[in-house]
Amino acid sequence: MISAIEVQGVEKRYGKFTALAGVSLSVAPGEFFALLGPNGAGKTTLITALAGLTRVNAGTLRVMGHDVVGQYREARRALGIVPQEIVFDPFFSVRETLRFQAGYFGIPRSATLDAWIDELLARLSLTDKADQNMRQLSGGMKRRVLVAQALVHRPPVIVLDEPTAGVDVELRQTLWSFIRELNTQGHTILLTTHYLEEAQQLCSRIAMLKQGKIVAMDTTQNLLNAFSVRVLRVKLDGGFPPSMVASRTKQDGAWHFFEIHDYAEVEARLAQLRNAGAHIVNLEVAEPDLEEVFVKLMHR
Amino acid sequence: MTGFQTLLLKEILRFWKVAFQTIAAPVLTAMLYIMIFSHVMAGSNAAFPGVTYEQFLIPGLAMMSMLQNAFANTSSSLIQSKITGNILFILLPPLSHWDYYGAYLIAAVVRAMTVGLGVFLVGIFVADIPVHSVAVIIAFALLGSGLLAALGIIAGLWADKFDQLAAFQNFIIMPLTFLSGVFYSIHSLPSFWQGLSHFNPFFYMIDGFRYGFFGKADVSLALSLSVTAGAFLCLSAVTLYLLKSGYKLRQ
Repeated sequence: MISAIEVQGVEKRYGKFTALAGVSLSVAPGEFFALLGPNGAGKTTLITALAGLTRVNAGTLRVMGHDVVGQYREARRALGIVPQEIVFDPFFSVRETLRFQAGYFGIPRSATLDAWIDELLARLSLTDKADQNMRQLSGGMKRRVLVAQALVHRPPVIVLDEPTAGVDVELRQTLWSFIRELNTQGHTILLTTHYLEEAQQLCSRIAMLKQGKIVAMDTTQNLLNAFSVRVLRVKLDGGFPPSMVASRTKQDGAWHFFEIHDYAEVEARLAQLRNAGAHIVNLEVAEPDLEEVFVKLMHR
Repeated sequence: MTGFQTLLLKEILRFWKVAFQTIAAPVLTAMLYIMIFSHVMAGSNAAFPGVTYEQFLIPGLAMMSMLQNAFANTSSSLIQSKITGNILFILLPPLSHWDYYGAYLIAAVVRAMTVGLGVFLVGIFVADIPVHSVAVIIAFALLGSGLLAALGIIAGLWADKFDQLAAFQNFIIMPLTFLSGVFYSIHSLPSFWQGLSHFNPFFYMIDGFRYGFFGKADVSLALSLSVTAGAFLCLSAVTLYLLKSGYKLRQ
């Protein structure tokens, strides 16, 4: 089966700085894939290379099987990119902007296109702004238009480069509900974000980049299992039983922390505490989280 | 519509939406030149026998306005898009270097021809302007504005800041247009300056264009046409090469 995105041995250098040092990854059609990493890790360079905005020094990039250099027309038709920066054309209204963007991809004006633009506007809560000039929109509204622009030619592969950076909760919820729906319909999604909670909730697979190299790539669940643990937090009234100090991982005031691998361990641990004379007044079970995985991997 | 047609339409609308600035203002400027110079130079020796100064001036001014506006259209569009970042919208779609070249160049030529026509229409209220050959007029108008449009694309790609572009315009385009024989026949110049004018490609564009009106020129039509067409082809080749290589557009 053809990969939606295929990156093979990609290297990119800016003078002495290496932005990408032999990156290889493959994203299957219909996947919701996250590309994570700190600032300067090479995420945006990889995305711009995919879009043909950056020429790489070595390696190949393909979108739906089309080489982004040799078959750039087919590759770009298959790709919709929501850029990180808010950019707009001050000469045109929202609707004009979307019609032009569709036109650049060779999609003629038609009732079908107008209906799709109306749907995009409605789904992104932009209907009442359709005929306003881009200059009159707030930053959040402009970002919604960027999302609509990326989708107007109905690309099978959608790349979102930090789409929720600095945007309000409403837009985040609107955007993710729409993107999830597109993913359910079969669109492949590649997401970069610094909001790791979003990546954890949305993405089925994750690649982590550090200094231009992939340091981890696996399903979200496998990464969580490998690098993070479930934690039982117990608040005690009174002292902690000395016999259990070895099994405790951390203490924060009256709260005591234990690593657990599944929920069956919770009852056993509580029973141990009670038998040792501890008086439990509160407890919580914290699920493994991506932030912990991220921090561990980036500091390795 | 194809991507090329869309980009062309967008580029035409871009200047049309601010037509006061892009069409009306240069026509007004040319009108002021015509009024002032025809008043100051009234009764001065005509450049060619049987041609008054006003008649001589108007085609030259029309061509000068066309050249300046063709350059301004492509260069300003590119630099604005680069600086605001919205150049991204045309770099992401499947457009080729020919699409960019054609759309930017044709839109600039449309603006130049509109301005030229405006200046000509103003001019015919001031003087009777003969027309010797419509084909020559149109050929030089198209080649001249095409040449400056291509130069504008090169300047727009090269410049990273507005002041770099302004320097290109003020220190190269403006002197070359003003010293190209718009306001005078080069035969009225001292021999040194006359000789130097022959190295100015703008001189051939204006001289050939003027031939279309009077059937007379400072140099032969064949020479003017060859220089203008040759310069247009050279600059177009450079422009296409830069666009294909992604010069300052794709890292």
